[in-house]
Amino acid sequence: MSRNYIKGLVYFSALITFGSLFFIISFILIKGLPHLTPALFSFHYTTTNVSLLPALLTTFMVVGLTLIIATPIGVFTGFYLIEYAEKNNKGVELIRIATDTLAAIPSIVYGLFGMLFFVTFLRFQYSLLAGVLTAVIMVLPLIIRATEESLLSVKDSLRQASFSLGAGKLRTIFKIVLPVAMPGILSGVILASGRVVGETAALMYTMGTSTNLPDSLFSSGRTLALHMYVLSSEGQHVNESYATGVVLILTVLIINALSTYLSSRLTKETTK
Amino acid sequence: MKIKKLDSFMQGVFLISALISVMAIILIGIFVFGGGIPFIAEYGLSNFLLGEKWTPSNTPAAFGILPMIIGSVTVTLGAIVIGVPVGVLTAVFMAEFCPTKLYKVLKPAVNLMAAIPSIVYGFFALQLIVPFMRRLFGGTGMNMLTVILLLGIMILPTIIGMSESAIRAVPKSYYSGSLALGASHERSIMKVSLPAAKSGVLSSVILGIGRAIGETMAVVLVAGNQPRIPDSLTQGVRTLTTNIVLEMSYATGQHREALIATAVVLFGFILVINGIFLLIKRKEAIR
Repeated sequence: MSRNYIKGLVYFSALITFGSLFFIISFILIKGLPHLTPALFSFHYTTTNVSLLPALLTTFMVVGLTLIIATPIGVFTGFYLIEYAEKNNKGVELIRIATDTLAAIPSIVYGLFGMLFFVTFLRFQYSLLAGVLTAVIMVLPLIIRATEESLLSVKDSLRQASFSLGAGKLRTIFKIVLPVAMPGILSGVILASGRVVGETAALMYTMGTSTNLPDSLFSSGRTLALHMYVLSSEGQHVNESYATGVVLILTVLIINALSTYLSSRLTKETTK
Repeated sequence: MKIKKLDSFMQGVFLISALISVMAIILIGIFVFGGGIPFIAEYGLSNFLLGEKWTPSNTPAAFGILPMIIGSVTVTLGAIVIGVPVGVLTAVFMAEFCPTKLYKVLKPAVNLMAAIPSIVYGFFALQLIVPFMRRLFGGTGMNMLTVILLLGIMILPTIIGMSESAIRAVPKSYYSGSLALGASHERSIMKVSLPAAKSGVLSSVILGIGRAIGETMAVVLVAGNQPRIPDSLTQGVRTLTTNIVLEMSYATGQHREALIATAVVLFGFILVINGIFLLIKRKEAIR
């Protein structure tokens, strides 16, 4: 293989990758931005004006509730795995296998499980609660992994210094280790929120697709991604689908920028 | 004394949190397998897996998922054929060719690509790839090629992210050794660095397979969803995932159980894929 041939292939591949990303985003933006009218942000959804505001607010609710439940569980799991458990412990191995498997399960299987367990078995019906709990299980591995990685990046000398000054284990974790690991953990949590924002299959059969803003934990609702799915599969409101796509992409863009910023802060601090 | 008590109390809390993941996986197992396996036992494993007819509303109903298994496997393989070369070479670009300034833009771009909701990808394919295919091959344009193209793009960020870190983890001395022997930059990367990163690249491919076979909402919009064994790439297709999502909303009785059993088969695929992934990771750790 000649040099130029290899070089050409590598550059060509990069061009395909970033070209298609650029193309997809600009396609949705160009088609969607003109249809992003104020009417789409009306508080009430009607069949003639498929407002996306209720779905947007529902998305915030689902993301908020999911993170409130999943973050402590995930971060505490990270504490246990890194700070407490002895390495090569059988229990740790089991927890690792569990989180690895959770991370690999496709979202439609989560959706089916949520429907069988939360909706039917626990009789939550199609509800915000059933959707949120399904999403919690889904994002747990993301938060656990981010916590583990950030805790591992904290130098042991910091812990030992804290111990030698007489601080206990718990105090060392919360006052010394956690502040240093915080940006990394936060960046994982934010990525998890991105996953919830984009989720459709796991929520469709747990939250239902009601167009109203849920007024309690037990009422049905739809997130923005679900809203977009329903609109595009019906095929009646193509322009509104584009506009919803724009809002989704912008949300994900903001979430990603935040996460990137935070993780770059982590690397700066640990290499200082 | 008080602090000691709080210490062990919190250790208990941490342990319980850690066990929630284990509990979740057990519950998922109980409910998905418990809902599907009795049906498979009753209907017959070979009738279910090798049955070519899926006609849940006929009497007697037929629940053969061979078309969906073939559909899932074919589109996944197709996505790999497109996604792996492009993804791995893009990873080479990111790790070895990309100028630092450009990298600061492109790295977040790959992350963004991973974060774009699958419904957006699906909608894009529905609006652009489907009409294109319709013009090219006639019919509805909702065919296996459309799905393969879509999934090929969707697995790129998974493959790029992991392959890139694998290439970066290869000791610099390999590369410089090759340069010192007179090989060019390009040749050193292709013949020395990339082969040394083999197991990481392989892991990325396996993760990509997992992502492709599990994708649902993007595929359902553009696949055509006919439950029959396709005999060419320009025919519509139904996958295991879309079979569940299409019919779950109204299925009852045996039909519903058959859909849960479809999830069991999908779960089986994922467990095998994940098992291979863990095996490679462990082998790497031992080395």
